[in-house]
Amino acid sequence: MSVDWSWIGEHKGDLVSLSVSHLQAALTAVLFGLLISLPLAVLAHRVRPLRGFLLGLSNVLFTIPSIAVFVLLLPVSGLTRTTTVIGLTIYTLVVLLRNTVEGLDSVPHKTKEAAKAMGTRPLRTLLTVELPLALPVIMAGVRIATVMAISLVSVATYIGDGGLGQLFTDGFQRNFPTPVIVGVVLTLLLALVADAALVGVQRLLTPWARPRTRKA
Amino acid sequence: MYELLKNLGAWLVSGEQWAGSDGIAHRLAEHLQYSLLATLIAAAIALPVGLLIGHTGRGAFLAINLSSFGRALPTVGLVVLVFLASGLSMWPVYIALVALAVPSIVTNTYAGMTAVDAEVKDAARGQGMRGHQVLLQVELPLALPLVMTGLRLALIQVVATATIAAYVSFGGLGRYVFDGLAQRDLVQVLGGAVLVALVAVVLDLALSGLQRLLFRHRPTGPAPLKSA
Repeated sequence: MSVDWSWIGEHKGDLVSLSVSHLQAALTAVLFGLLISLPLAVLAHRVRPLRGFLLGLSNVLFTIPSIAVFVLLLPVSGLTRTTTVIGLTIYTLVVLLRNTVEGLDSVPHKTKEAAKAMGTRPLRTLLTVELPLALPVIMAGVRIATVMAISLVSVATYIGDGGLGQLFTDGFQRNFPTPVIVGVVLTLLLALVADAALVGVQRLLTPWARPRTRKA
Repeated sequence: MYELLKNLGAWLVSGEQWAGSDGIAHRLAEHLQYSLLATLIAAAIALPVGLLIGHTGRGAFLAINLSSFGRALPTVGLVVLVFLASGLSMWPVYIALVALAVPSIVTNTYAGMTAVDAEVKDAARGQGMRGHQVLLQVELPLALPLVMTGLRLALIQVVATATIAAYVSFGGLGRYVFDGLAQRDLVQVLGGAVLVALVAVVLDLALSGLQRLLFRHRPTGPAPLKSA
């Protein structure tokens, strides 16, 4: 199985646009996943009975095969990017919800009590004390969810919008391995780059966690 | 929506749907065979690796990055790639499923091993235990809960992903999803998806039951004092 390098040269433009569309779908899904899971996680953290229900529900969602999720959305949103994004969002929720709840749990009780004693209101405590302290665990979830979403976009190729996944169908139908190899390598590269970028974001967001360097 | 659910219910319980070589019973057996065999192979590879890395502390970098690599690997691409390389056989499916399951098991086993208190290990060595005795009699039992978590996670992922076997013209419950997709038969797709989810949930519950059984005798707090 050898790679046809000339095919890669001829399809440079396509590969770039497929990668961009691939990344767009994954990142949009993670963004929506965060927007949904943050309030739900706060709710699950505060209201104990809801916690088991929400985490259990997200676990069940995780067991449904991704291809089925995409297909089931077809009557709702059709053969569109929306279907891809909704499907991926459902998958990111599992990781994001769990990690955000765990992150909030990891904030020491004493710290919250101290904030309360200083007269900080609950919402402000959440935004300025709890969420920042939970950030490392939440970011770990964001990294996992992003890498997972990037790898899953290709499944959406069966409903016509799978970014780099189209290369897999193309290679499969023509019995031609090059697009498949290129697709796998590019997906891995996108995941790697996105993960590294998120590590950078985390460092920017948590300056207190950085190892201190002495200033001259 | 109501109509759809009613049709789905009828599809799931109808006798003819369960019988025959493309019936649910047969597809279910195929799905279980793919999933369980792949998870077993993955465990046979990943458990020793995870235990060794955790025990020696060497290759920790590998254990940590393997999981993120495994998550990033597009399973569909892997299946198609191995399929094109090996022709029509079950190899692509098993290779892809094993590749999917190995990282979760390695990382969780490793995490369980590193969570074992260093003082406990020192005490075991102080009592004259050899390396492999410490590993098997001290570290492994203490790491087991996380090891089991890794196995459960791997099994769920494998069951959900074994659907892909149908894409390269094999059986399993994915058959309903892909055939339904081709025939624009939503009830069939939905039926396949529901069955896969059910299998995953039931297997996960079974493993968690097994786990509880294994740890029945495990002290959770300080060991109670024994009267002579």
